[in-house]
Order: sequence, then C-alpha cells, then structure tokens
Amino acid sequence: MSPALSEALVELPDLLRSHLLLSGCAVAIGVAVGLPLAILSARSRRVRAPVLGAAGLIQTVPALALLALFYPALLILGEATGIAVPALGFLPALIALSLYALLPIVRNGVAAIQGIAPELTEAADGIGMTPRQRLTMVELPLGAPVILAGIRTAAVWTIGAATLATTVGQPCLGNLIFSGLQTENWIRVLVGCAAAAALALLVDGLLALVESGLARRSHLRWGLGLGLLAGGLALALLPVGGRQPAGEVVIVGAKNFSEQYILASAIETRLRAAGYRTERRDNLGSTVAYQALAAGDIDVYVDYGGTLWANILGRTDTPAPAAMRAVLSRELQRRDGVRLLGALGFENAYAFAMRRDRAAALGIASLDNLAGAAPQLQLGADLEFLSRPEWRAVERAYRLRFADRRSFSPTFMYRAVADGSADVITAFSSDGRIDALGLVTLADPRRALPSYEAVLLLSPHRARDRRAVAALTPLIGAIPVERMRRANLMVDRDADKRTPEQAARWLDPFPLR
Amino acid sequence: MTTALVELDGVTRRHGGRPALDRVSLAVAAGEFVALVGPSGAGKTTLLKAINRLVEPDEGAVRVDGRDVRRVPLAALRRGIGYVFQGIGLFPHLTVAENIWIVPRLADESDAGRADRIAHLLDLVALPVDLAGRYPRALSGGQAQRVGVARALAASPRLMLMDEPFGALDPVTRDALGTAYRQLHDRLGLTTIMVTHDIAEALLRADRIVVLIDGRIRADAAPASLLANQDPEIREMVAVPRRQAERLAAL
Repeated sequence: MSPALSEALVELPDLLRSHLLLSGCAVAIGVAVGLPLAILSARSRRVRAPVLGAAGLIQTVPALALLALFYPALLILGEATGIAVPALGFLPALIALSLYALLPIVRNGVAAIQGIAPELTEAADGIGMTPRQRLTMVELPLGAPVILAGIRTAAVWTIGAATLATTVGQPCLGNLIFSGLQTENWIRVLVGCAAAAALALLVDGLLALVESGLARRSHLRWGLGLGLLAGGLALALLPVGGRQPAGEVVIVGAKNFSEQYILASAIETRLRAAGYRTERRDNLGSTVAYQALAAGDIDVYVDYGGTLWANILGRTDTPAPAAMRAVLSRELQRRDGVRLLGALGFENAYAFAMRRDRAAALGIASLDNLAGAAPQLQLGADLEFLSRPEWRAVERAYRLRFADRRSFSPTFMYRAVADGSADVITAFSSDGRIDALGLVTLADPRRALPSYEAVLLLSPHRARDRRAVAALTPLIGAIPVERMRRANLMVDRDADKRTPEQAARWLDPFPLR
Repeated sequence: MTTALVELDGVTRRHGGRPALDRVSLAVAAGEFVALVGPSGAGKTTLLKAINRLVEPDEGAVRVDGRDVRRVPLAALRRGIGYVFQGIGLFPHLTVAENIWIVPRLADESDAGRADRIAHLLDLVALPVDLAGRYPRALSGGQAQRVGVARALAASPRLMLMDEPFGALDPVTRDALGTAYRQLHDRLGLTTIMVTHDIAEALLRADRIVVLIDGRIRADAAPASLLANQDPEIREMVAVPRRQAERLAAL
C-alpha cells in the first residue's frame, strides 16, 4: 500500500465518525425544526410564504459562505450575551448545516400534507377528529413517503456539504479532501470523496428501507432501518479506543496550504514532547484563523506579517520586516491580547522570479534591472496578484511595462515559466518550486513589496502558558527560507511525494521524548 | 308537539357576498327521513354541513337535540352524528375494520367486543365479515360506500347526515344501497338528512322533501304533495322522472 493511502486510511475512522455525528445531528435538528414548520406552513398561507421563502433563500447562499458567516455571527453573539459560545468547530458547522437541511424537509413536508386527498381531510373532520388526531392519524401516516423523501434529500445534501465544515475548524471527511487538493495528493482527495459518497449512499439506503417499511406497514423494515441509523450515530458518539492519553489539549490552527500543514505539524510535535495533547483545526480562512486565535478557539498558528498588517491593522504602508514585526507585536497584544512569539526565519511573500539562465543572459538581478527589459518580456501572474495593491505599488515604484501579462492558477504559472511561455512570474518566496525549477527571485531595492515574514502567534490564554512558550520558542528564527522551500517541495512535487507530517519531521528534526 | 332533533333558525351563510343560505329555518323531527334537493349551487351541502359545523353560519343558530351546536365541543358533536358523503373518504392506510372502528377509537372506547361490533356493522350493511382485514383499495365502489355507512354507524348515532352518498355509484348498486339504507333507517330508528341530485330517489325513499333554490326553501312537503306543487320550477324538477317513467312504460 502506498504511504499516502495508508496514512489517509489511518485518519479515516475518526474523520468518518465526526462527519457522521455532525451530519446526523444537523439532519435531526432539520427534522425537529423543519417538520413543525412544514405543518404550520401547510395550515396557513401567511406562514407558508415567508417560511418557504426564507428556506429557499438560505439554499441560495453557497454552503461555504454560510459556514464562514456563522463564525463572526457566533463571536458577536458571545460578546453580546457574555456567554462563552464556542464560535469555531462543531457549533457553527451544526447551525449552518441544519439550516441547509431545512429546505427539502419543509418543502416536502408542505407538499405531503397539502397532497392529502381533500375527501380524506373532509372525512377526518366529519367523523370528529381533532386537528391533532387528524395530523397524527391521517396526515403524517399518509404523507410519510413524501416527508421521508425530503429527509433523504436533506441527508444526502448534508453529508456532502459537511465536507466543507473543515473550513470552520470542525474535523470531517473534508479534511482529507481539502488538504489533498492543496498538496495535490489525489489519493487523500479520493479517499475523502469515496468515504463521503459511501456514507451518503448508505444513509440514503437505510432511509429508503424505513420509507418502504412505512409504505408496506412492515415494522421489521422500518424498525431495522431506524435501528441501524441510530446504531451508527451511537457508534459515532462512543469515545475513541477507550482511553485518552492524559494531558492538556492545545489546539493548533492551519490555513489551507502545504506550508501551513507542515508548520502546524512541527508545532504539534514540539507541544506533544512537552506533554500536551494536540488537536488540529485545518483549512481556516485567513480572517477566521486570526479571529479564532483572538477568541481562544485555537491556541497557536503561523501567520504572515503582511497579511496581519493589511487585514488586521488595516495599514497600507510597507515598512521593513523588523519594524513591521515590532508594530504588529505591540498592536496585536494591545488589541486582542495575542502574543507574537517571533519570526520563524523565512518569508512567504510575493517575489518576482525568472529562470536562472534567462536572468543571467539578460543581466537581471533586481526589479530595477527588470524595468529596462520588461517591454520585451511576458509576465505570468497568479489569479489575484494583478488586482492587489502590491502590484500597483511595484508598477509605480519601478515603472514596469511588460509586453504582455497573463494570469494562471499557481501550478500552471510555474509550468509557464519553466517552458518559457512566461519570462517572469509572481512566485511565492517560500515555494519549493523556485529551487526545483532553477528559478531566481529578483531583489526589491525600493521595498515596494511588503514583507510577509512567517510569525508564530499565541492566543491570549496560551501566551501566559510558560511551558508551551518554552516548547515553541526553539522554532523562532530556526527555519531559513531554503529549508522551508525544500520542505514545501517534498509535499508539492508530483513524484515521491511526502506527507506534511514527514516533511515536518525533516524540517524540524526534534527528538521525540 | 315533540321537540325537533335538528333545528335551523334563520341561518345565513355568505360566500363572498352572495348568500349560499339565506335566512333558512327548518325543523326535523326524530325518526324523519328528509331529502334535500335542488339545483347545483342552491346551498344543499352548505345546509347539511352547517349541522355538524363543517360550515359555520354567518347568522342564525343551529340546534341539535335542543342544544346550540356552538355550545357543544366540536369533536363530541361530530362523533355523535354519522356523516356519509360522495367522496367516501375511507383512510387508505387503515384496514376496513380499522376504518369502521375509528370513531370509537377517537372517543377512547375500550376495544372490548370490537370484533363482534365490527362483524355486526358489516352485517348491517350486507358485507361479508372476511372483508374486515382488507384495505380500501381492494374494495369495489359499492363495497367502499357500504363501509362508509358502517363507519358512520359505528358510534351508534341517532342522526345521519348524507351528502350525495350514492351519487358516484352505478345505477344498480345505487338502487340496492338506497333501498338497503332506507331499511336500516327504519330498523335502527335513525333520523336522516340526505342531499341528493336524484329526484326519483328522493321521491321514492324520503318521508319529506325540502327543495332549496338560491339558498332559500322553496318547498317542504311529503313526496305525494310535492308532485302536486304548482311552482313552475318545482313542476319542471319533478317532471323529469315522471316523463322518464311514462316513456319507459310506453316501450
């Protein structure tokens, strides 16, 4: 078995369990809320229009955005009420997915009740059923197949959409898919997708069994279907493997690219050696990651100076790295109590890069040299660079005028410079492909490009934890850019790929215990 | 004079401004078999449904057994009145026996003697007892409506409201069921108010015929005296079955 496959399979059971638990709870809440709403809506036109409208509206919001929206919403709720609402992980994912499950349940519920033949409701009323008796003895039993069809749709959607819960820090099968996509580890992607699909098919099949059991009035069938579903959920609730290792839990965050996975893994190794247990919250969005740290939902992660400078402090100037770090350190502490432990020793900044032979032939070593040759050269940029302030700053500072400019997704941008269809690209300075493809990065003497030093950030609570600080301090200044590039390349390259954990062990060969 | 079992007192019901019932007053004595006839849209069904409150009058009062129906709990009122209508409305997810036993079940009656009662009710409507375990989809139209009548009789009501009960059945079945029901009415001492389109059926089966036209009672008479009524619309109404009978006799 390939190491990538065996590693994905090791992670699979836990991810499958939390995926099942999350989607099961979301569908259960969807049913508990959606069915009464459907009954009210079927009875009253005044309720029906707004309820179906709202459920439909929720459905038009992309699931990814819906999940991301609940993070700040819960933060604000927590601040407004003074109650410690967990804003990251299970709760926001659960709320978003439950809302998502509502539409098919409500819509089918309304259709089921309105679809009851009018002579049956007339008979029910005429023989003296109370509205409740009519509901339980006539409308629900007769509408059950349509109602269940709605629940089946909701279950399949929810199991699919739950893969996105990884972006708000809730472990699920999406962890395999997202990290696999980022590191181009297709085996992880396939394992994640196949597991989600299999789970969806299985749940759908069991619900179909319940449905046919109700239709045929076979207690065996629907009892078996419901029993197996309940059993699966109960299994997902059981604690893993009996005993948990002792120790305080530290939650390590990571954004959604290889370098972040590698660094998070290195941080975990150091913390475990210091006697902590660790949990991961991967694939966090840039602003979510910082807010999560400030709110204490994660304890530690690596961010980049320029990102914090622009997104958190809202600054547009480009001071030198040390000056930027000093201001960040002071301001983040003052604003949120977040501690900037220090810089790891490399930058992951935008850097103009060329093939070494081509740069030598044209005599280009800096952006100043590039300005003269640019009118004969092709620029390849990533998809967003040309619309970012960095590009305008560089254009202004060096009066750059290229013969042509084209945008690529990162993988194709590197291929373009390698095969000569682009002369200069906007690389990321810690990207392993810079060395692998024999590229050189051009100096920026006018300092138009901001610094993106990798910095280690600690949550307000963890900042006071001397043992954790002591465990992580050795990482400060320990990772030069060449080393980070090689570690990234191990994960990103096409052949002989390594996992982020393997790359982390190479990057920071810290003796375990 | 004995008090009426059913009494309507100045009952008006409007459908979007137009009155479907216009100050209708009517008294039905216990034991009577009353046919409600009249053209479509005359208000027959509205009148019938005002009695078990499937329709609420805008004005006037309805009394059953001397009590204003608005003062009786709705479920109790309806469970005490047998209701049979053209749509039949047997519950498809329940067996014949479960359909028949639904009203006693609603009233939380004990299941003691259930099987005997169901067998007796099936016998009353001339159905074999082995139908009890079948589902409605396995019944013919005539059988289904017989079950509908048995269901209406299950709680031993004194009053039966019937809205075109046999209207959707073929003529032979309709006649057989009509005759059988009239016998039941007499045997069980029921009071029946039946809406029908079929003038011949009304004339042949009822003790008394109430003609509704445009939401008002135009005539209220025994069958024989209705035939002598001089009102042109009523003459036209009763002329139809009479002409048919004459043409059939001439064949």
